[in-house]
Amino acid sequence: MAEANIPLWEVFIRSRNGLAHRHCGSLHAADAEMALQAARDIYTRRGEGLSIWVVPSAAIVASDPADKGMLFEPTADKIYRHPTFYEVPEEVGHM
Amino acid sequence: MATTSITVAETPVVLYALRRGDDALVLGHRLSEWTGYAPMLEEDMALANIGLDLIGQARSLYTYAGEREGAGHDEDKLAYLRDERQYRNLLLVEQPNGDFAHTIVRQLFYSAFADPYWRAMMRSADATLAAIAAKSEKESAYHLRHASEWLIRLGDGTDESHRRAQDAVDALWSYTGELFETDDAERTLIAEGVAVDPATLRATWDPTIDRVLHEATLARPDSAWMQRGGRAGRHSEHLGHLLAELQHLQRTYPGATW
Repeated sequence: MAEANIPLWEVFIRSRNGLAHRHCGSLHAADAEMALQAARDIYTRRGEGLSIWVVPSAAIVASDPADKGMLFEPTADKIYRHPTFYEVPEEVGHM
Repeated sequence: MATTSITVAETPVVLYALRRGDDALVLGHRLSEWTGYAPMLEEDMALANIGLDLIGQARSLYTYAGEREGAGHDEDKLAYLRDERQYRNLLLVEQPNGDFAHTIVRQLFYSAFADPYWRAMMRSADATLAAIAAKSEKESAYHLRHASEWLIRLGDGTDESHRRAQDAVDALWSYTGELFETDDAERTLIAEGVAVDPATLRATWDPTIDRVLHEATLARPDSAWMQRGGRAGRHSEHLGHLLAELQHLQRTYPGATW
């Protein structure tokens, strides 16, 4: 398969109204329309979706795994950012 | 063959349901032959999905044909225990898969008919056929889009894909006339509002095909000579081989289940 002619796409499916599109996988397709069709055929066969986004994989900007320490570790000791220090009045019920 | 074939009393409505069911089963079977062999994984899934849609349509139509005949023939008996000459499908749908272009062109020619056909059949005076049509219409709308988009890319692609696409259009063109045929049995149903006159669907099929061929930079063949015979059970040499594969298990081990 010539990758140059048939690039990779990332597929995002929204399963219900009110939910966000979620990444569910990738596929090869020649262009956007064919990518949408292939996404429908591969990722919505069991009623998973109401809406599909496809994005060229090349358009995704990813963080460098080597930066993991700098980017993510400083949050490890900042437990006060988690909303677990508040007393929720009983009348509020489930939030 | 260990099991005797059944004989179906083909009243007009039974014959009608069998014809449409046979179209769907045979084309669905053809598409299933691509499973594991399609040019790319994505298309392997797409063709299998479409095949399953068609086999689902066939099941509904056979079940209804069996009910209307009232001789105890269920969907399996109708699919597995009729011989080649009892099959009523279009010659188009039994044509071999050939290369990918042949498969896509065959799908386009059929789907460009099936889509407006099922839409029109939603108004059938027969409530069961109208319900089958309502379900099938959504499926065939996607089949048409899938085949159209592929043919546009094959025709307007590389020199080789263009040549193969044009070869497929030329090779399959003479099987398109049969889509619009009617006979006396069908005319009775048309008069009763049960069936749609397929000739009226030309007004939709022609512009659909012209638009796709034009976008695909392919030429519409000007040959007017058309193959016929499938609706009456006179098939090309290919159907017997297809049925041998489709039926051999039930013929060899009657009633086998798993």
